[in-house]
Amino acid sequence: MADAAAPPSEAFRLSMLIYDSRYRSTTIQIVVLILFLLGFFWLANNAVQNLAALGKPINFGFLSQTSGYDINQTLIEYDSTYSHGRATMVGLLNTLLVAFMGCVTATLIGLVGGVLRLSNNWLVSRLVTLYVEIFRNVPVLLWIIVCMLSITSTLPGPRAFRGDDPEASMILFGNVAATNRGIYVPQPFFESGLGSAGMNFLVMAAVIIAGIFFVRWNNKRAGEIQVQTGDRPNTFWVNFAAMTVPFIVLMFVMGLSFERPELRGFNFKGGMQIQAPLIGVWLGLSLYTGTYIVEIVRSGILSVSKGQSEAAAALGIRPGLTMSLVILPQALRVIIPQLISQYLNLTKNSSLGVAVGYADLVATLGTTTLNQSGREMETILLLMAIYLTISLTISGVMNWYNRSVQLVGR
Amino acid sequence: MKRSIFACAAVALTMTGGALAAQTLDAVKERGELNCGITEGTLGFSARDANGVHQGFDVEFCRALAVAIFNDADAVNYVELSSANRFTALTAGNADVLYRTTTWTLTRDVDLKTNFVGVNYYDGQAFMVPAELGVSSALELDGATVCIEVGTTTELNLADYFRANGMEYQPLPVGGTTEAKALFEEGACDVYTTDGSALAGVKASFPDPSAYVILPEVASKEPLGPAVRHGDEQWADVVRWVQNALIEAEEYDITSENAAQLAESGSIPAVNRILGVEGGLGEMLGLENDFALNMITKVGNYGEIFARTIGESTPIGLPRGLNALYTEGGIQYAPPFR
Repeated sequence: MADAAAPPSEAFRLSMLIYDSRYRSTTIQIVVLILFLLGFFWLANNAVQNLAALGKPINFGFLSQTSGYDINQTLIEYDSTYSHGRATMVGLLNTLLVAFMGCVTATLIGLVGGVLRLSNNWLVSRLVTLYVEIFRNVPVLLWIIVCMLSITSTLPGPRAFRGDDPEASMILFGNVAATNRGIYVPQPFFESGLGSAGMNFLVMAAVIIAGIFFVRWNNKRAGEIQVQTGDRPNTFWVNFAAMTVPFIVLMFVMGLSFERPELRGFNFKGGMQIQAPLIGVWLGLSLYTGTYIVEIVRSGILSVSKGQSEAAAALGIRPGLTMSLVILPQALRVIIPQLISQYLNLTKNSSLGVAVGYADLVATLGTTTLNQSGREMETILLLMAIYLTISLTISGVMNWYNRSVQLVGR
Repeated sequence: MKRSIFACAAVALTMTGGALAAQTLDAVKERGELNCGITEGTLGFSARDANGVHQGFDVEFCRALAVAIFNDADAVNYVELSSANRFTALTAGNADVLYRTTTWTLTRDVDLKTNFVGVNYYDGQAFMVPAELGVSSALELDGATVCIEVGTTTELNLADYFRANGMEYQPLPVGGTTEAKALFEEGACDVYTTDGSALAGVKASFPDPSAYVILPEVASKEPLGPAVRHGDEQWADVVRWVQNALIEAEEYDITSENAAQLAESGSIPAVNRILGVEGGLGEMLGLENDFALNMITKVGNYGEIFARTIGESTPIGLPRGLNALYTEGGIQYAPPFR
């Protein structure tokens, strides 16, 4: 036994890498890592060599060539004379747009649904359960196609709006046209704006931010008065006015007007078109991912011990405040990490939009550009890199937010 | 999904060795069947019939090539490819040849590393609209929504055509003919544009074909032909001369009915060379000398294939037009068998 307790004094020998259990696991890990890297390098090298043998060495020069194709939804200026690189940007922005819209809507659905699913009302909670089970258990691609089909096959075509006695008419006092090509809504514009859309936006943002600062100052002042006198002055109406009145005045000054969509030729012109593919993808993704968020919110709320709300009630805190000050801050610790992966899923699933003609990154870079340029390897690598960057960015931001809502350990 | 096909093709590219580029003919012979890349369903050119059997103009060329190699018209494995993944499939070796209504362009020939070895159908891009729109010219289509298959030359021509004529349009990109047809029927788009021949097929497949009109304007040249990989000249020659044999057979009135008889009588030198009675041209290609005789007996000459699959007596009803022989006012012309 004395031997076992004494530290081994013999010098290091190479055979100890295999026979000595202190080193063996490290040895195995290093060997496996080297084999893995060699295998990966072999694959990559093989691909590069085969592509070179085919006369198609890796080359990203196609990104600066003229694309030659048009895209139906462009958030930045684009037509067929722009480059493939620009087309990729258009696709990227479309992906980000639908991912953002989807995340917001799915979160709203999830929050409302999660609370309703815990409702004591039998009918309400079962209806939400039904929704969750139906949407969660069918592939999201099918939901996207169903959403798109429900637009293209149930809503009337623009032709139906024509004539003296049309089959279809615009809704909401003749302002909105719901067609099988999308929904046309009035587009706001300024008759006496500040020159550029960017300036208008900056001024509006400035007014809103000033309003927010005023509200914070006002609340702080109310808090001080409460500390001094014990009475908290009513802040709601002042805050409400601070947020709305300057903005409304600004809208009047800049001459806010709306351009109504009108049927001209084959389609509605003027106004803003929310295209059918966008609605299809957005609804499909939101309804599908919403089900997961319902369950996440439910599990988050249930994870907070009942004693917490009872303790709050014992201190005389009202139920609404209990939810916002006691339950939710603790539930968020459970909700946020799971929410991150749902946001990532939704963003990646938006690549299915190509199935209904949504001009996202996969449709522009991954389909048309790939085909017209014939650069399979380059476009796929680029696509993977872009999705990886988006995903890592989302999870980075969400992780930062997660840390900020975690309980601080002392 | 298309993405997974691309990914698989990319993986295939990484895995396959350098042997792919050369000796396709030997590889096909060893495999015992021809991997022929066709459309996912373009009526008249390559589509499954009610019994699930592939039928059509391009399918007949696949069969003719299989006869030339194996003397068996059924030794074909049909690889259904979308517009978007066809070149990837060809480059990665999933198909030996594309008979897939593929337009011969400079970019595809040079930059995509495919070899076009002939034109089996001279086509042009056309526009189809519902008759009730009352449109009679493509120049009246300003502001229309257009259904378009992604990854095609028509996508580029469409952009060019509308830009050149100072018109606006809204593209509705779709993955394939089936989706495009459905969206067009539902009125999600006003116009459906693709090659004129394919439009004729789509029109014929509607319950009431007379409710749709194909506009007279032809927006582009679309020479459709077989494509093979760069770098295997022997295989390119085989595919090229199989097609030339079929066209030349029509020129010399060699049909599926009289081919055997003509070979036996052996009185016309030019016919003898095609049918392999004289000259040994087939062996130069690495085939049997009588490959053309077998092809014509089993599949028919170019004119017979055309008439049987897309000609005026079929529901597709395409006239020969440019695709008539040069002797009959068209531009189909085969270099001599000599």
